[in-house]
Parts: sequence; C-alpha cells; structure tokens
Amino acid sequence: MVSFTLNGAPTTVDVEEDMPLLWLLRDELKMTGTKFGCGVASCGACTVHVDGMPTRSCQIAVGDLDGAEVTSIEGVDSKAAAAIQEAWVEMQVPQCGYCQSGQIMSATALLAETPKPTDEDIDFAMEGNVCRCATYARIRKAIHRASEIMEA
Amino acid sequence: MLHYLEQALSAPAPSRRTFLKMSAGTIGGLLIGASLPRSADAMGEGSFTQPFVHITPDGTVTVLVKHLDKGQGAATGLATLVAEELDADPAQVAVEFAPSNPQVYANSLFGVQGTGGSTAMANSFTQYREAGASARAMLVAAAAELWNVAPEAISVSNGRIRHGDDSLSFGDLAEAAGRQAVPESVSLKSAADWTLIGKDMARVELPLKTQGSVGMFGMDAKPEGVLIAVTARPPKFGATVASVDADAALAMPGVSAVLTIPQGVAVVADNTWRAMMARDALEIAWDMSTAETRSTDALAEEYGAMLETEGMPAMTKGDAAGKLAGAAQVVEARYHFPYLAHAPMEPLNMTVLFDGETATFWGGSQIQTLDHNVAAAVLGIPFENVAINTLWGGGSFGRRATADAHLVAETAMIGAAWLAETGSAAPIKLVYSREDDIKGGYYRPLTLHKVRAGVDAEGKVSGWEHRIVGQGIMIGTPFESFTVRDGVDHSTVEGAADTTYSLPDMAMDVHHPNVGVPVLWWRSVGHTHTAYVMETMMDQLAEAAGQDPVAFRLAHLDGDPRLAGVLRLAAEKAGWDSPAPDGVHRGVAVHKSFNSYVAEVAEVRMREDGTVKVEKVTCAVDCGVPVNPDNIRAQIEGGLAYGLSGVLREEVTLTDGEVDQFNYPDYMPLRITDMPLVEVHIVPSTEAPTGVGEPGTPPIGPAVANAIAKATGQRITELPFAKHGLA
Repeated sequence: MVSFTLNGAPTTVDVEEDMPLLWLLRDELKMTGTKFGCGVASCGACTVHVDGMPTRSCQIAVGDLDGAEVTSIEGVDSKAAAAIQEAWVEMQVPQCGYCQSGQIMSATALLAETPKPTDEDIDFAMEGNVCRCATYARIRKAIHRASEIMEA
Repeated sequence: MLHYLEQALSAPAPSRRTFLKMSAGTIGGLLIGASLPRSADAMGEGSFTQPFVHITPDGTVTVLVKHLDKGQGAATGLATLVAEELDADPAQVAVEFAPSNPQVYANSLFGVQGTGGSTAMANSFTQYREAGASARAMLVAAAAELWNVAPEAISVSNGRIRHGDDSLSFGDLAEAAGRQAVPESVSLKSAADWTLIGKDMARVELPLKTQGSVGMFGMDAKPEGVLIAVTARPPKFGATVASVDADAALAMPGVSAVLTIPQGVAVVADNTWRAMMARDALEIAWDMSTAETRSTDALAEEYGAMLETEGMPAMTKGDAAGKLAGAAQVVEARYHFPYLAHAPMEPLNMTVLFDGETATFWGGSQIQTLDHNVAAAVLGIPFENVAINTLWGGGSFGRRATADAHLVAETAMIGAAWLAETGSAAPIKLVYSREDDIKGGYYRPLTLHKVRAGVDAEGKVSGWEHRIVGQGIMIGTPFESFTVRDGVDHSTVEGAADTTYSLPDMAMDVHHPNVGVPVLWWRSVGHTHTAYVMETMMDQLAEAAGQDPVAFRLAHLDGDPRLAGVLRLAAEKAGWDSPAPDGVHRGVAVHKSFNSYVAEVAEVRMREDGTVKVEKVTCAVDCGVPVNPDNIRAQIEGGLAYGLSGVLREEVTLTDGEVDQFNYPDYMPLRITDMPLVEVHIVPSTEAPTGVGEPGTPPIGPAVANAIAKATGQRITELPFAKHGLA
C-alpha cells in the first residue's frame, strides 16, 4: 500500500511497488491524459509534477511516491497552467497533440519557477520533450505569450 | 448498395463515437469546449441527417469527416467548407469522424476511404462545399414551406434563417429540413463571397488537446473491461515462431493469456506494464529459415554494384548520353539515403471487440476500407459485420497507412485467438512499445542514386543520366496498379522522373532489389530522396556554370511558372540578393510535390565543434486557394522540421538482419534546440486547393545541404548529416 496526494486528493493504491507511475495512472486509475511515448524518459510525453518538479512518470516507481504530491494534466490548475493552456490555443500550438500533455506540464513547471524565461531557459526546460510534428517554434512563442498573460 | 447507406446514416452507439462540441473561439471560431458523447436519442426524431452533415434540434451542425485527422487539420478544414456554404455560425459546428463506408466516404482520388498523399482538402473541396450548400437549400426549402414564401425571398447568415421579421435557427428547422428532397444540384458561392475560406480558422480540437486529449486517441480508448496485448515479434524480418515456453509469463500477475499468432506471440494482461513484463519472460525459439539476414552495409554494397548496371527504364527524353559527351562540364555524384522510421509520438495501437459474429475496432485508421476488408477477411465474417471507429491519430507521417493493414490484421488475429482460447468476448487493445515501433519495419526505403549531368558553354544543363536503386514501396501490394508501370514504382522516381525543370535530354532507370525489410511511404514518399538529389545537383551545376543558384534554377523553369513563382518569392523574402549576416550561409531548394509548390531558403551557421545550426528558414508555398492560412503555415513549419529531423540524425541500420536502433535515444528526432525560426509566405491563388501535409518536407534537406556546401565546400551525399560530424 502506498499513499500519496494525486491532483489534490489523498490516494492510496495497492499495486506492485515497481510499477511505473505512468501505468498506475493510465491503466489502474484510468487517467489517460498522461501519455506513453517511449518508456525510457527520452520523449517527455509522460511528464507529471512530483512535489512540483517536472518528472517522467515512466521512470518513477509507485513505491517511491509515499507522501508525494503528484499532479497530472487532469489536475494542473495553477495560474501558470491556465496561462499556458490559453497561450497554447491562442498560438495554435498542437498538431497531432499526443505529446502536448507532457509539453504543457514541462512548460508549466518552467513558468512556475521562471516567470519570464529567456529562449535559453526555454531550450533547457523543454529539450527533453519531443514533438514529432515539430510544433517547437509555436511552443516557444506560446511560452513567451503565457508569460505575458501571467503578468497581466 | 443500400446497406452501406443505411450504415452510414445509422448512429453507432455513443461509446463508439468521438463527438466534439464547440464553444467560443479565439482566432476564427470552430472551437471545441468539451467532448460530449452523443446521447442515443439525440440523433433520432427532429434531426437532419445527411451523409456529411447532421443538424440536431439544439442547432449543432455536425460535419462527418471522412478523413483521419492525425495532426494535419483535416477535420477543421472540411468543417470550414461546410460552414462556409451553409452560412453557419462557426461556433455551432462540430466534427465527428465518419464511419467506415467506401460507398459514401471514399477519397475520390483513391476510390476507397482513406487519407494520404496530402489529398484530404484536394478531394473534398467541392464535395464538402456541396454538402453544405445542399443542407442550406433544404433548410431554406423548409422555411419557405413554413412561411409560405418563395425560397428566393429567404436569407441565411451566421446560423439564422430570415424572411422579413421572421427568423429561425437551424435547430428549429432541422426536422422539417430533413423531410425536404435532396437537391439534384446546388450552386456554390464565388470566391469573392467567402467569409470563412481563406481566413485563419482555429483548429476545432485544440482546447481538448491542451487538457489531456481525453478520449481522443486510440491509445486512450478504454471500452469497459479492456485488456492489453503486446506481441513478441521476430528479431529478424520474415522469421517465424518455432516454439514458445510461456509458463513463466502465464504465472505473472495480471496475465490472462499467451496467444501464438502468425505475427509472433501475444501476451494479454490487465495492464500495459504487466503485459510488457510478461512478454520479457517469454522463452521463444524463432525459425530463422525464412528471415532477411543481410546487414545494411551489405545491402549498400549490393545496391552500389547495381548502380553500375542498367536498370529498368523509368523515363527517357532527348539524347542524354550524346549531350553529356559534348558538355562543357560534367558533375557526377552518388547518394545514399538510409532506412527511416516514422516514429509518430503515439505508438501504434488498435482495439478490437470480437464476439465470433461481429467485430468493432477503435483506433487511428488511415485507410479505413482496407482495414475493414482485411478485418473481415481475417475474422471470416461479412464486411457489414465489422465496424471501424476512427479516432484522432497521434501522428502518422505515413505509418498508419499500410497496404497490408498489418496492425488491424494482427489485432484481429489476437481477438480471434482470445475468443478461441477463452470462449468469451473481451475488448483487447494491441499496443506497440517504442521499441516495437523503431524495430518494426515499414521504413522509408534505403535508396541509392547515381547522377551524371552536364552544363554547356551557355550555362544550361546539357544531358542528365540518373539511376536509382531502392525497394518499390507499392510493388506486391493492392496499390501496385496505381503506381507501378512496366516494373517501375513511380513512388521511387517521383520528383525526379517528372521534374519540371527544362531538362530536354534526360534518361533515368531503376533497380528494385528484393529485400525482406518492409518499406513504406514516409512523409512525402519518394520526394524525401529525389528532391535532395535534384536540388543538390542543380546547385552543383549552377556552381559549375558560375551562376547564382536562384538565377540558374529560374533559367530552367520557363515551363513551370508556379514553381518559379515560389522560388522568386522565397528568395525575395529571404533577402537572397543581399549579403547574409556574418557567419551565416544560405542555401536554397525548390520542389513540387503533391501538386503544391514550395521553395525554402535555409540560413545556417557552423558551430565551433563542426556541427550545423539551421537558424532560419524562409518558405514560399503555392497550394492553390489557401483555405486556412494559419494551418498551412503550421504544416509547412512541421513538414520542413520533419524533413530536417530526417537529414540531421535519423537512420535505421541492420546488422545480420537485426535492427540496431531501439528507441529515441538512438533514433534521435528533432528537438526544440534544433528548431529554426520559420517564416512562411503563401502565394495568393484561385487555383483548386492542393495538399500541405507533405510538400514542406522535400526542400529542407537540400536547402540545408546547399548552405553547408557554401559554408564548408563539403557536398553531403551520404545521409544523415550526423555521419559527417555535422549533427
């Protein structure tokens, strides 16, 4: 049994402790907003926040979550997240959209930490998130735009 | 014939549908606020139901999208066409994928229901506008009847139908309109009267795609009680299962079956991770007697030898050999293009529920008719007992459109084997891991080219001999009759054999070696390599002739004003005639594919470590009527970046028949740090609209290669660039 907070709600699960968080979310809890892309922390599609840090949910085992605060795309509702989601639509970022949960979780964590990021900050924070449709130019613009929205 | 129509018009159960409701928009409207499963009775009494347009009493106009939208914006594009002619308020328009039904929803360029070749807009432009106009005429006829006035006296705008002081919504008239006769012909608006076509329309589904895309992708389909299957496939293409020891796997938690199917050994479990763990515990002996066991190095050597022997003629005009003999200068080059994986972000998956008599599939089906036929054949049930529910595709780039429908075939085999083993029906989702994807074949073919071309004393191309060696993508498939003529697969030579440069003396021949590695179209198909060869050769010939690369190309484009037009526009916008900033080198390429014309000017900077950074790309595109300019820009941005990804680092190699790469760490796609600034300029046009999903891809490789040549003098002919320390 492992107890943690998921999207603000106390959660206790009884699964194998070595099961990655990704598959707990997707297959046990039926929360499919967090996506499976590579399984080896190489694409960022499965990014969630663990204690506020962007984390690849395919690489963190359920057994390591005791007492942690986990936020997935379904529960992210900070000021930064709202600004990111608004800017993502305004800039028409997604194409196929499959990677975008992870992009948005990484971008939200960036803005929470660095409200006015430079291009270099964006590169550093977003390099681990692959978008095969290559919406990168719009992601960059939308992060800058979200930063403006947060200021307003 | 009739049962197809009935099927098209009957509403499947709510859980099978992706129904998207619109709310307020940002750029232009047509936005979705929430995903609402359609209630079972919502499409009953009181609704207007035509094959492409449904209108419910609440006023929602649902456009049935016959194409898979895998990120290219087809759903929004087709909805825009209907909304335009219907004079709907974009905020009331929703989209839904059409059922699989080739009689109603065929791609008119394929003859079957399917998406590809950048054809979605081209083949729908008239059909969907007519569907909208037809629905509008029926609404007007219903209003005319109600108000007892002439239809000509009625106006429609922004979702309201008006006569004098009378005004009704589409929903008010939906039922009465549904009883009107379908007009035999309708007239369409002239371009001057368009209010939506040509405007930036926000993509209908993007708000959902910022909120987790709940219920949109096949990977997320979760019919009640769904189980997960993963398949252990042979380590070499063409090998088969000799024997399986599944005891350890079956003893693992959550595992409910191990099924041997022709494709390999499938593990069925209640959780994807448990299924993958159990798959690792299988002990399988493979029969390699029918496997492809060659290495890509060996294949390259064999192909290289073929480059020296005459192949099957693909085209010939004038006297290439004679002109080359008399040319002032001759340029010769050999090119090597590796196998490439598509690697869409959503790993392949397909869900089936088979009860012995009927089968329902859920997933990103790209050629529905083929998937449908193959499913029926594999399961031994009639066509009408199969339902295919198309869901949004998490990328494809060609990967979901396979001539053998292997994904649906394998899923169907698992469904049938499960039923045989357990005696009960359960929904099962077949899931690929990323390793299954990278190692799974269906690659852009390994392809070699050899070209000899000359320039004469006047600086004109004088003789062009061209030989290509590569597996034909469509040879031996149901699509063979589309593109294979006298043994030559057009998809190997497209973009070269049909070049519109004035090259009066040209000869091309082809070898299609027989290799057991499955191959497939990769975003822009043959153009992925032919554009690279044509445009780097033209650059070298310009250099040999001592001419500017843009001027030299224009001098050979008399016969293709639209191609010349985009080249001029891109050069002008990029400031081609003014010096590049310090340390920046420019290269250009221009190419026609899928009836669209794209020119790209790449600006690169060489880093101190010898790698190349593409800083900016200036593009011009002529795709006929620009239906949704913002989506065109997005597709050109993404298309060129996909091509850049391919030339920078991507390569699949085999050692003794086994794929060497396994996942993104060693099949490394473009990342945000690689992304250039992109500027897209769209040529205003009244020509029929053509595709934009693929045409941005071909010119980027040669544009960057030409810029590198400018910077370093090095002509890259063996891809990817990473092989030369450039990436």
